[in-house]
Amino acid sequence: MKTVEEIKAAIEAAVPGAGVEIVSNPSVSAQHSLRLKPGCAVAVATFLRDDGDLSLDYLSNATGVDWPDKEVAEKVKVTHTVTKTVDGREQQVEETVEETRKRVVPGCIEAVYHLYSVAKGHGPVVIRMKTANRRTQVELPSLTPVWRSAEFQEREIFDLFGIVFTGHPDLRRLLMWVEFKDHPMRRDYREPDDFEYEPTAHDEVLKRAGEHRSREQGHGNRE
Amino acid sequence: MLGEGILKGLGETARNFVGSYVSAERLTTIQYPEERIAPIEATRDFPFLVYDGADWEAGLRCVACQICEKECPPKCIYIVKSTDKKPDALGKLQIYPVRFDIDISVCMSCQICVEVCPFEAIKMDTQFELSTTDRFGGLLYDRKELAKSNEYYHSIHPIEAKKVDAHLAEEKMKADAKAGAAAAAAAAKAAAAPVVAKPAVPATPAAAPAGATQRAEGEKQG
Amino acid sequence: MAVAENKTEKPEGWNRPPVMKPDGEGELLEVAMGPHHPSTHGVFRMDVALDGERVIRLKPVFGYLHRNHEKIAEGINYLGSMPFTDRLDYMCPLTNNWAYALAVEKLTGQAVPERAEYLRVILGELTRIVNHASSIGFLIQEMGASGTPLMYAFKEREKILDLFEELTGARMMCNYMRFGGCRVDATPAWLDAVRKVLAGLPRFADEFENLLRGNEILMARTQGVGILRPELAVNAGVTGPMLRASGINYDIRKVDGYGLYNRFKFRVPLGEHWDVYDRFMIRLLEMRESFGILEQALKDIPGGPVMDSKAKLRGFRPKPGEAYGRIEAPKGELGFYLISDGGPNPYRYRIRPPSLINLTVLEDMCLGNNVADVVLIFGSVDIVLGEVDR
Repeated sequence: MKTVEEIKAAIEAAVPGAGVEIVSNPSVSAQHSLRLKPGCAVAVATFLRDDGDLSLDYLSNATGVDWPDKEVAEKVKVTHTVTKTVDGREQQVEETVEETRKRVVPGCIEAVYHLYSVAKGHGPVVIRMKTANRRTQVELPSLTPVWRSAEFQEREIFDLFGIVFTGHPDLRRLLMWVEFKDHPMRRDYREPDDFEYEPTAHDEVLKRAGEHRSREQGHGNRE
Repeated sequence: MLGEGILKGLGETARNFVGSYVSAERLTTIQYPEERIAPIEATRDFPFLVYDGADWEAGLRCVACQICEKECPPKCIYIVKSTDKKPDALGKLQIYPVRFDIDISVCMSCQICVEVCPFEAIKMDTQFELSTTDRFGGLLYDRKELAKSNEYYHSIHPIEAKKVDAHLAEEKMKADAKAGAAAAAAAAKAAAAPVVAKPAVPATPAAAPAGATQRAEGEKQG
Repeated sequence: MAVAENKTEKPEGWNRPPVMKPDGEGELLEVAMGPHHPSTHGVFRMDVALDGERVIRLKPVFGYLHRNHEKIAEGINYLGSMPFTDRLDYMCPLTNNWAYALAVEKLTGQAVPERAEYLRVILGELTRIVNHASSIGFLIQEMGASGTPLMYAFKEREKILDLFEELTGARMMCNYMRFGGCRVDATPAWLDAVRKVLAGLPRFADEFENLLRGNEILMARTQGVGILRPELAVNAGVTGPMLRASGINYDIRKVDGYGLYNRFKFRVPLGEHWDVYDRFMIRLLEMRESFGILEQALKDIPGGPVMDSKAKLRGFRPKPGEAYGRIEAPKGELGFYLISDGGPNPYRYRIRPPSLINLTVLEDMCLGNNVADVVLIFGSVDIVLGEVDR
């Protein structure tokens, strides 16, 4: 089978402007992956499926990964002009102070696809795409028209992670019910706290259920 | 011939029907609860706590290290450590569980608590007829309900229990030998330098059972 | 292979189910089959639109058994997920254990001793026999032969489950495999017991075949029903006996050669007519191949440890990275995709369930058939809801 570098070269030769990026995998498995630009993902996927050498005709696994916003603390040197009393006189002095600044690195949701070839018996080739952010721009192109096996798996990603796949023929929730609002597989998902009595003596669950109940009584309504 | 396959199949059924009167191999069912299958050595249902000696409270092997509580996948174990130490069955001072609850309605019989316990204190029972009318209280087992004697353990898992006993005896011998050596060294030291007359401090940690060092490691890892 | 050719000439939407039009007048009958339907193997619903007896639309509805196993697994350590994998496809817990252990071993590069690999093969093939026998039993039961064939299968299954209990401590929730080996070693007495059960299995397969294979009713009901074209099967990610019944030679035991499958001689049965009867026959034939693998494994099993000396039970923290490991489970490709961030819990833990993905083509197979055949086609997919909904 071709290496990721060779596949990258082949893609870029076939689909101009594909801009494929190699994401290396430091673990022993060495399953490196290719990150596609969402714009040309369908063209690249069609090429991967139909190319004679690769013929990755079988999409085995499709899944989402949530990478939440990260707060990064950085130390920055800042120069201030301060008024100080030096030798009995007030003077303007430049002073360099080290400050810790917090910066938020925006997160994303990633869709990961594992491809194999039934005709040639090789694989896996891992391709991935990421959304622009986690809240507002969560669209990615659907690969269901290329590989039908993505149909339910992309629905599941939409359901549990909240990626909206454009071009999916039937994008509905798969596992949760229609009225459900949140996306449970996101890292910042909060579980509901309206449990019934849970027979675990030690759990925080009881406390939270109690709090929930008292809140409800305060409002006088039941959900 | 149409119907040949059906007749062949019916013949097979008839052979089995008649055969079930003749051959024991074809009759595979037993009449529970009047009859029971022979106990299988490896069977596991729910955990119990092993104690040595006659008194369950004094003889509990558990030293409330809480490894099983941490490793339990469905989180059905609840332990409260004692603040004092009490002598165990061998007379060593140990921390003991003031409270040890297992909610067997949550427990999924996975045996991970048994695997991670460094003290051979928790083992799997073979009791499965545990239905009660009290769904919550009746299925939350406390220390007393969980404690079973080592003899009981031998009666349900004979091969495994023998191995465990041999392992514990070996550990104890090692600990004793260490303690003896340390005591002898301390005595020799005391004899060589009688003026200093240090109390035999190094003897105490060495005399602790081998499990204590394992526990320290366990806490580091966990 | 013919599948890879001429793909570019496929018209738009070739891999979608066709839109069926009612041919008569009158209203369509909308039927919700399930979630409490005896044929749905659990809680599963199919929203079917009928034109007379003919199915013209079918939408599967999932999620009744959803417990978000993946989220649970991300909250506990690597070892803690092992007993939960038993509950995915509860008919074959040991292959689930194996797939998970294999994925973690791929992630960490953990070696597995030879004896443990042999034990895994033995248990995996026993699991395959259990699954195929009972899945055929259920299929026949759904056809209306209530009880007899299923009980034949369950009689044999019970003998194998007794073997599992003797070795692992539990009939179904085995929790047996560990990263770097197996939990306990098999005694010579246990191996002898397996040999004894194995000696009786070919006779069981003969009886089972006599009972069913030539049965005219079965043939009339299953032949030519629920046809799945090979190019669609590959494109829709169908795996396992379903794929091979569509004539595609793809068995992960051969392709990946995971475990020690390269050492064993076995054949891969393939279907010619791509229908329900082929799926039923493929399972029968695969069972017979499993007997052969078991014989070879029991003959060659070496001594030695069953756990690698470097394997860790507690304090297990793989280095950052990711891995996808897959095996040929009885129902198809069972894969685990793990991402580690160096912590004690997996950062991402994903199961690729064969049952769910094999259902992708359910609508394609059912359209145009009678409503009674839906039950049959659905049964031939062989799913377990614990795995579909996770």
